[in-house]
Amino acid sequence: MTRRFLNNRSLSLLVILTLFVIMFGYGSFAYTGFFSLQNFLNLFIDNAYLLILAVGMTFVIISGGIDLSVGSMLGLGTMLAASLLEKQHLNPLLVILIVVGFGTLLGFFMGCLIQIFDLPPFIITLAGLYLARGLCYIVSIDTIGITNKFFMTAAQARIKITGDTFVSPSAVIALVVVAVGAYVLRFTRFGRTIYAIGGNEQSALLMGLPVARTKIAIYALSGFCSGLAGVVFTFYTLSGYALDGKGMELDAIATVVIGGTLLTGGAGSILGTVFGVLVYGTIQVLIVFQGTLNSWWTRIAIGFLVFLFCFLQRLFEARKGVTVAHSFSQEPAAIAGGG
Amino acid sequence: MPSARSLSRSRLIWPLIALGCLLLFNVFFTPNFFHIEVKEGHLYGNLIDIIKNAAPIMLLAIGLTLVIATKGIDISVGSVVAISAGTVAILLGGDLGGVPRFPVALALIGAVLASTAAGVWNGILVSRIGLQPIIATLILFVAGRGIAMVLTNAMVIWIYVKPFAIFGQGYWLGLPFSIYMVAGLLLLTWLVTRRTAIGLFIESVGINPTAARFSGISAKNILLGVYVFSGFCAGLSGLVVCSTVMSADGNNAGNLYELDAILAVVLGGTSLNGGKFYLLGSMIGALIIQTLTTTIYAFNVAPEISQVVKAFVVYGVSLLQSERFRRRIAGMFVRERAPA
Repeated sequence: MTRRFLNNRSLSLLVILTLFVIMFGYGSFAYTGFFSLQNFLNLFIDNAYLLILAVGMTFVIISGGIDLSVGSMLGLGTMLAASLLEKQHLNPLLVILIVVGFGTLLGFFMGCLIQIFDLPPFIITLAGLYLARGLCYIVSIDTIGITNKFFMTAAQARIKITGDTFVSPSAVIALVVVAVGAYVLRFTRFGRTIYAIGGNEQSALLMGLPVARTKIAIYALSGFCSGLAGVVFTFYTLSGYALDGKGMELDAIATVVIGGTLLTGGAGSILGTVFGVLVYGTIQVLIVFQGTLNSWWTRIAIGFLVFLFCFLQRLFEARKGVTVAHSFSQEPAAIAGGG
Repeated sequence: MPSARSLSRSRLIWPLIALGCLLLFNVFFTPNFFHIEVKEGHLYGNLIDIIKNAAPIMLLAIGLTLVIATKGIDISVGSVVAISAGTVAILLGGDLGGVPRFPVALALIGAVLASTAAGVWNGILVSRIGLQPIIATLILFVAGRGIAMVLTNAMVIWIYVKPFAIFGQGYWLGLPFSIYMVAGLLLLTWLVTRRTAIGLFIESVGINPTAARFSGISAKNILLGVYVFSGFCAGLSGLVVCSTVMSADGNNAGNLYELDAILAVVLGGTSLNGGKFYLLGSMIGALIIQTLTTTIYAFNVAPEISQVVKAFVVYGVSLLQSERFRRRIAGMFVRERAPA
């Protein structure tokens, strides 16, 4: 079982890596000015917030759950940050702390509902989506511009790497989140427990793993990531807008799935997610370079990739001998039981 | 022992009570809420508005009720509404003189066919490829809005074809035309599911697909069927949405409708765990949501804030559906109340 999992994991990693190389390679051949280190780094700069959301989402999905609230939580983050900075004139670091703390708290609240009362994550986080979006409008209906010095600096700062290539502070934050996320998932007890829960929650419970605590922590972690992504997003827009991050939960889920994480839980990796985000970013850049297609083709392409990857995952599962009948059940336990 | 029929009646009690409470609240706190007058031969008033505005969600909820009864979910309906609206707008064309590019009937059929095709796609992914319903419909949820935007070339297309206005703005015998669409579809669905064995098949697939298959029900085709039907319903809903504003906006048409429709079905007593379904309950659920929204409007609160209220309604309803929660409450009041 473990060996097959490992094989599967490295296989899906290989697939996404190849896909990324092909797409980036195609862009380099087709368009002049596409192939450069800076263009590669731009993928991180432009998608830093998505990367942070996707890391949190990877944890949730590996545990067999889902978090639909992250997009509106990001929006709420931008609104809170903008309002606290411009209307209350709080210290920017304190503001960041409050925003991230509030996200964590909301995630914790949803995790508690899901775990303690055995409610479906889909519905609870869907309500969270409504809640956070509604709270955005309670903070303010209008867009709030940010003129705070610290945030302006963070938005414009560029960190040189070599020669004239650079990254932004947002990209650095995202990469730190990725590194910490990957470490926690691979090498800590908490991370391994998440895989166990996603593989088979019942077994994890019988093994004496702290299932309840871990599941609540996962949603709190996802809330933390959405709050942080909200802060990073304000570094781009330098404003709070109640519709920020609309539909972004699905972008996050899509990139995680493309990155090879099984939606039934139990398998996946942060590295895969990173490549998922890179592929997503590359599609966007390709469409910009192509010039005549409108940006909505990105969504169609992403939808198609999600389909492709889910389809491949099903093929692998079928090869492992999971009967189709099991797939009707949404319980990860049933799928693992059939494997 | 209560028969199945009286049980279903008792399941309807809770949503009805919720709706009743909302209306009662309005009796006391919202002046003129129940005022209905006749203008130009049509009925006007808050209550009529509620039904009229709830119509698109009701149409979606009919299809979703059957999907959810199979323990599935269809989150693509909002995007499919946008596809339907986009298709009909393209086929009718943005001609200022009101001359449609294609006959109106053809445009309607085209739009409904396009959304039914979307349903077929969802159905195949779920029933033949065996993807989880959330994921299978997530694909069209993401791509569908993109397709709608590409169809309309990312512009809002205005429609000047007068006869098309009937779906969203028209009246017939004093009542909004869309109500008759809802009633017709509801009646048809009720006849097909309750007067034949199909309803039972759907419920049995939701309760245990393996057992259903072993008892000779073609679970795959039932699953395919409900998703196709859900796409069809979303197509009709798209026509109403498009006709109400006489334009197709791929970005906003049907935005977040999937959530309202799912909420309506859940409020109506159909469990997300599949099994028994209550078409009439879903209709009451849709009315509850719309009454809530209208009430919030009446208080001059920003309509967006209604989402906070909705969120807490969802939390409340899910808690009531949670066995663990019920057991805890029963444990707390063990002396006052006998466990249900």
